[in-house]
Amino acid sequence: MKETIQFKLNGQAIELSVDPGRQLLWVLRTDLELTGSKYGCGKGLCGACTVLVDKQAVRSCRHSIRSVAGKEVLTIEGLAQKGELNPVQRAFIEHDALQCGFCIPGMVVNAYGVLLNNPRSSSEQVLKQMEVNLCRCAAHKRIVQAIEAAAKEMRGV
Amino acid sequence: MKDNSHSEIDVFDACLERNFQDIANPEAAFPMDRRDFVKLLGAGIVILVSIPRLGAQQGGRRRGQQLPDDLNAFLRIGEDGKVTGFTGKIEMGQGIVTSLAQMLAEQLDVELDTVEMVMGDTDRCPWDMGTFGSMTTRFFGPPFRAAAAEAKAVLVELAAERLSVPRDQLRTANGAVHDHAGRSITYGELTKGQRIVRKLDRKAVEDTPSEFTITGKPALRKDAKVKVTGEALYAGDIRRPGMLYASILRPPSHAAKVTRVDTSAARKQEGVHVVEQGDLVAVLHEYPDIAARALKAVKADFDLPESDLNQDTIFEHVLRSSPAGETVAQGGTLAEGEQAAEQVIEATYLDGYVAHAPMEPHTALADVQREKTTIWASTQTPFRLKESAARQLGVLPEKVRVITPFVGGGFGGKTSNRQALEAVRLSKAVGKPVQVAWTRAEEFFYDTFRPAAVVKIKAGTAASGAISFWDYRVYSAGQRGSEQYYDIPHHKTVVYGSGWRAGDGGHPFGTGAWRAPANNTNTFARESHIDMLAARAGLDPIEFRLQNLKDKRMRRVLEAVAEKANWKPVKSPSGRGFGVATGIDAGTYVAHIAEVQVNRRTGKVQVKRVICAQDMGLCVNPAGAELQMEGCVMMGLGYTLTEEIRFTGGAIHDSNFDTYKIPRFSWLPEIETVILDLKEDPAQGGGEPAIICVGAVIANSIFDATGARLFRLPMTPERVKEALSNI
Ligand code: FES
Ligand code: FES
Repeated sequence: MKETIQFKLNGQAIELSVDPGRQLLWVLRTDLELTGSKYGCGKGLCGACTVLVDKQAVRSCRHSIRSVAGKEVLTIEGLAQKGELNPVQRAFIEHDALQCGFCIPGMVVNAYGVLLNNPRSSSEQVLKQMEVNLCRCAAHKRIVQAIEAAAKEMRGV
Repeated sequence: MKDNSHSEIDVFDACLERNFQDIANPEAAFPMDRRDFVKLLGAGIVILVSIPRLGAQQGGRRRGQQLPDDLNAFLRIGEDGKVTGFTGKIEMGQGIVTSLAQMLAEQLDVELDTVEMVMGDTDRCPWDMGTFGSMTTRFFGPPFRAAAAEAKAVLVELAAERLSVPRDQLRTANGAVHDHAGRSITYGELTKGQRIVRKLDRKAVEDTPSEFTITGKPALRKDAKVKVTGEALYAGDIRRPGMLYASILRPPSHAAKVTRVDTSAARKQEGVHVVEQGDLVAVLHEYPDIAARALKAVKADFDLPESDLNQDTIFEHVLRSSPAGETVAQGGTLAEGEQAAEQVIEATYLDGYVAHAPMEPHTALADVQREKTTIWASTQTPFRLKESAARQLGVLPEKVRVITPFVGGGFGGKTSNRQALEAVRLSKAVGKPVQVAWTRAEEFFYDTFRPAAVVKIKAGTAASGAISFWDYRVYSAGQRGSEQYYDIPHHKTVVYGSGWRAGDGGHPFGTGAWRAPANNTNTFARESHIDMLAARAGLDPIEFRLQNLKDKRMRRVLEAVAEKANWKPVKSPSGRGFGVATGIDAGTYVAHIAEVQVNRRTGKVQVKRVICAQDMGLCVNPAGAELQMEGCVMMGLGYTLTEEIRFTGGAIHDSNFDTYKIPRFSWLPEIETVILDLKEDPAQGGGEPAIICVGAVIANSIFDATGARLFRLPMTPERVKEALSNI
């Protein structure tokens, strides 16, 4: 049974007629054609599908579209503002913090979410929250460097 | 699970096995008429390249195609002056989209950003066997450079005519040709209206020198921006009008036979299409999550044979079922060497099945049409897929086009294209484009694991500390990395089977190439054993190795890592937790030093530091190479400490990352890398070598910390505790 669900997506109000039990990840990736959020495990174990809902990082493979009704969803596509990359994105590029790139949207969104909620977070605190984000190419060292740089920038130092 | 073209797979596997020495395919060609093809490329300057054959001929002969030419890569400078490189290779994280472009940019004196790479598109790129970690730069670097040099020569010729200046008074810079008088003319102006095609002969490629101005300077990845914004497209991100997503019925075990299927409940669901074609039962829907839900309504019964084969009993099974051995290296006589030995050590090393587990599961979208079938696939072997898809559809290969978007990790696991062939079958059945994207459980189930393997070594040292004999037998891992490079008068290396295919009495499921195939297993065994000999001889493990090494490259790389680590010689176990290991892969020499901390109560090993030195010849993109080395070290910690597939018979018990544990942030050691600066040497592989030493360097560090020796990978806390209790 379809229902109308309203929420804010990357700053825009939207209204969707959709089966409310469907997974947020797949509604994003198919109905809304926002394919930046990735499927990596489907069980909340890899972080590739991470998006922010009301500024909190959630694994979109574990949430229904119903659960975001009336809320604000931010995906990787919404991070850059008017073509201007977000500090976390910039730091990932500058530190060469990626290989195949498949895990990267989830990494970037999660790191941004932590820093957004607490700009004072140390990089260790950010990384603690990122323990769920897996990267098989093992770009960890560079990702850590990128996050350190982004954290610094977002703290304004 | 198996493709039916055995001969091709054999050739393919054989090539992997032999470290790709034979890979350059003399018969490789472009599947269309040269003229058509050049037309397709458009105007401008086109340089066609064939790669010189390396080693004996062993190309996969392709059926159903008359091969007019032997093209491997080409380069175009378009009418707008834009440089485009075309190769059948694919980008899966190894960074070749950057390193290949960098070679073109530097040779042609243009900005890296302006070079475009077209990769893994079977209609636009020349035939290619497949992309495997370490070989692209090695085999494609020189030809691309030679092509760029040729293109530059053509540009200079054109400019000489236009400016009426002799060629030797012209130089190129910033995408233009300049003369001494300060006049310049851009590549775009020069190529406008031109239609020049040159074919490079082999000789030109072979003669390409390795002096290049910006080679050696780091280049940031060309694909970084699209990958941080979510714009980068992977196979699962491609959308076609009317497409359906498929969920496929899977057996609970590789040995299971389906006895009954009932799809009636699924058929009743709105918008659900059901396909039942023999072994292929699938439900399809406009939305993937609804297809997955509908699959739950499919009822099936399976016949399941009993089996007690599991991750612990597999090694006996491997020994029993291995084929006859092949002696791959031999010198002196073992008996004589054993007589001369004062200390003899005999040991058996075990290595379990390891998954590739790329973050992107196998995915493909197929659009089967009468005129032309298009497949977007997550694959390391687009041309092989094109041929298998054509065969499956019963059409000529030119009726199939495979496009390879970015691939989300491969590591040797995305070569058999099962998911894409499923998508082809389903698309044909429903007459719409169909996406097959494996779930993580399917990914674990159909992975072609690194084979479980056994290595038996008997070796000894003379009173002087010189290794006097080396008797090495490896079962089911394969040859790569089995040849030892120490200076040992009496030695023999026997390889029993490559272990790459399940067969009667063989592996209970698919196995295959895993990053640096066979070499992780062989290097773990060899370097652990060398370490034991050193300890028994009462010598520092680096000194012991150097004493027994004549090979200059190996000595140099070992000395480099020792220097970087500021190594102070002590005999092991010293309690410091420092270990060393060396190895050779894909022509590259590596040496690692690690530092670990072992929790004696829990058995948990924390790796504090890994230093890795690499001699990879000329290094085209040091930034990329470093990234690969760091990745190898970190990824290697997985097979070293936790990764092992648990199973009963053909049933795989690990289906996700909760039980199959791969390295994550909290594991990250300090990683330092040293790349030897060797501008004069040919470029060697860089994507895999640094992973081969990780097992041994950690095992040797654990020994140095505790005196406990581990003989089985992964070295889980339980196994570490057990080894500690055996001291
Ligand atoms: S796909 Fe959602 S956490 Fe892995
Ligand atoms: S970059 Fe490939 S999984 Fe992280």
